[in-house]
Amino acid sequence: MNIIKTLEQEQLRKDMPEFSIGDTVRVFVKVVEGTRERLQAFEGTVIKRNGGSISETFTVRRVSYGVGVERTFPIHSPRIDRVEVVRKGKVRRAKLYYLRNRVGKAAKIKEKQANR
Amino acid sequence: MQKAILGKKLGMSQIFTEDGLLVPVTVVEAGPCVVTQVKTEEKDGYHALQVGFDDIRTKLVNKPLKGHFDKGNVPYKRYIREFKLDNAQDYSVGSEIKADIFKAGDKVDVSGISKGKGFAGTIKRWNQHRGPMSHGSRYHRRPGSMGPGSSPGRVFKTKRLPGRMGYDRVTVANLEVVKVDAERNLLLIKGAVPGSRGTLLTIKETVKN
Repeated sequence: MNIIKTLEQEQLRKDMPEFSIGDTVRVFVKVVEGTRERLQAFEGTVIKRNGGSISETFTVRRVSYGVGVERTFPIHSPRIDRVEVVRKGKVRRAKLYYLRNRVGKAAKIKEKQANR
Repeated sequence: MQKAILGKKLGMSQIFTEDGLLVPVTVVEAGPCVVTQVKTEEKDGYHALQVGFDDIRTKLVNKPLKGHFDKGNVPYKRYIREFKLDNAQDYSVGSEIKADIFKAGDKVDVSGISKGKGFAGTIKRWNQHRGPMSHGSRYHRRPGSMGPGSSPGRVFKTKRLPGRMGYDRVTVANLEVVKVDAERNLLLIKGAVPGSRGTLLTIKETVKN
């Protein structure tokens, strides 16, 4: 098993910022259009983190034009250019599925106060 | 067939390709194998390569095998298998076969002993359907009809019935080698291969060409 663990360790990205569930993040994804590559930003709330090690993923939810959009990214994917943490959220769940049933102000997450 | 190697299944993982795709892989410790005997047409009636894999202590080798290993002055190995390679004559006793005979993108066939399932019913063993669970059917997971009646007056051979399942030699064909790590003797093969962790695998160049 150790060989598999080291194989996975080698592939992990060390440049990822620490973020947790409830945080608002901006994910910059590399998009290939024809032959050229550009960056596309996707901003929203992290509603879950799933799995561990190389197969860990996180899901970002945002509401655009009244439609809820969720995108799931592998954390260690080379297709992700970078992740910026916009603000920290204060939540009491590991999975924020309840946000799917809420709209407008009810879907807001309180900001986490530092040094509390 | 030009290439073949023995290996040990270590387990499964996932790996990112250069395009950023996450592909499932089986990690196989392949080799180093040592040639213990070269069989020739003149002497043995056919061309083949006998190779050994996995080092063992002297204590675990019995006398006949010890004599066989000592004859070619090769280290003691746990498994000995034979490969009918086209280029068997190019090898000599004592030469090594390593994981780097394969490269990323190669297609291989992987054989091994599948996991034993014990005495299994027809639903698990032959993918048959079960009877209704309710409405008083009283016929849930049984094997069903044995066939026609007095003509032919017997049950046909190969009738699918319960019995021992698994622990068969299974070959999975046309798997892709995703990555080769020659230093650590690792082959990363896309998808699943037969058997539990630690099982002996035979990895050959694919016949599906």
